[in-house]
Amino acid sequence: MSSLTISDEHASATPAKVIQPAWVRALHWTNAVAMVLMIMSGWQIYNASPLFKFSFPPSITLGGWLGGALLWHFAAMWLLMVNGLIYLALGFATGRFRKKLLPITTGGVISDTRAALTFQLAHDDLSKYNSVQKLLYAGIIIVGILIVLSGLSMWKPVQLYWLSAVFGGYDVARYVHFTCMAAIVGFLVVHVALALLVPKSLRAMIIGR
Amino acid sequence: MGRMRKLLIPGVDKKLLVRDAVKAMPDFTRRRFIATGASLGALTLLTGCDVSDSFSAEEMLKQISKFNDGVQAAIFNPNAMAPTFSESDITKPFPFNAYYDLDDAPEIDGKEWKLEVRGLVDNNKQWTLDELYKLPQVKQITRHICVEGWSAIGSWTGTPLRDFLKIIGADVRAKYVWFQCADKDGYNSPLDMASALHPQTQMTFKFADEILPRAYGFPMKIRVPTKLGFKNPKYVMSMEVTNDYKGGYWEDQGYNSFSGS
Repeated sequence: MSSLTISDEHASATPAKVIQPAWVRALHWTNAVAMVLMIMSGWQIYNASPLFKFSFPPSITLGGWLGGALLWHFAAMWLLMVNGLIYLALGFATGRFRKKLLPITTGGVISDTRAALTFQLAHDDLSKYNSVQKLLYAGIIIVGILIVLSGLSMWKPVQLYWLSAVFGGYDVARYVHFTCMAAIVGFLVVHVALALLVPKSLRAMIIGR
Repeated sequence: MGRMRKLLIPGVDKKLLVRDAVKAMPDFTRRRFIATGASLGALTLLTGCDVSDSFSAEEMLKQISKFNDGVQAAIFNPNAMAPTFSESDITKPFPFNAYYDLDDAPEIDGKEWKLEVRGLVDNNKQWTLDELYKLPQVKQITRHICVEGWSAIGSWTGTPLRDFLKIIGADVRAKYVWFQCADKDGYNSPLDMASALHPQTQMTFKFADEILPRAYGFPMKIRVPTKLGFKNPKYVMSMEVTNDYKGGYWEDQGYNSFSGS
């Protein structure tokens, strides 16, 4: 898909290489909106019956109260799920996942992590992911799948009792759902910080190159 | 990044934007929203795509919630049973939960109380508690899941609602069984017929093998293990078999009406 896109670009005499094809950009930003809506409304829902000894400050939550947050959460979930399914389908169908995210080797992850922590990891070619990026992007896709499945098992613990059972039942699924949220928020902090540190990567996700 | 920030809300005053968005919210949301503090970042993001007067977050969310009612009704499997548990799994103490304190819970005289039956039924005679106690009862231990997220396992004993609907000759093609309760401010809640006919839906008279205590809804509760807790009315005074959607205490405030588990 990406090579095809590149040759198309050459044919139309556009010299710059397409790093992020249009479908990736569209799905990425749609996902960003859906995720923010889900996380902020999710925090408000969490506050109605906190799992731990803390609540989220109301100023960073969405919905105003539990009922409003639930309306947002169960509306944005469609955006998140439909967008996510299209992303997974295209990711596999175009070979993007295989080309961009594989292989992930232990040695590569260790050496690239070391390089990243000492600010020596190069970002010369944005079309190629280093091992840390591969691990994080593959990992966050799996977390994304888990948060949807654990969410569904909380929404429908009777109709989808088998799914709920996979997570250890309704009450355990709540912790899985929360943990996935925490992982996504952690990812988001690193992801946004790095996008700001390497602005051309942000540009590529907006205009494609 | 400065460019990005401008792109999010081109030429829009943030304060005006928030004021517009607050206006577009349903009354109840607005009240709580204002009371609990606005989330500026989210509003900027949400309304950034369309700040014209035609955009109404309230209407959009209401429509999607209705859509979700339809989705839940469509995927409702009358043969899917809520998981059952053993005696040792029962949550002790089982929480009292309402929008008022236990002291304000209805105190009903079981000798005076009569269940009123109305609507699309052949026999609308009123039922005394003694008469109801004579109906065959079953016991089930299931998880009560609150809309707030917490859950607790309890033991409920009573008559399957579908057996009672048969006895009173209810038109089971009707859309809803609507319950009215004795809670202060008049609690009520509609139950869709498919859920009312689910084998585990129960007219409950006992909790943990004891006559239902005041805290849990004496003299009668409707236990629906395929629904969230607020769809399990307590202190039931009457039931009406109807094709009309008559709303409910929490449903009218914005909780999803189907709220199935």
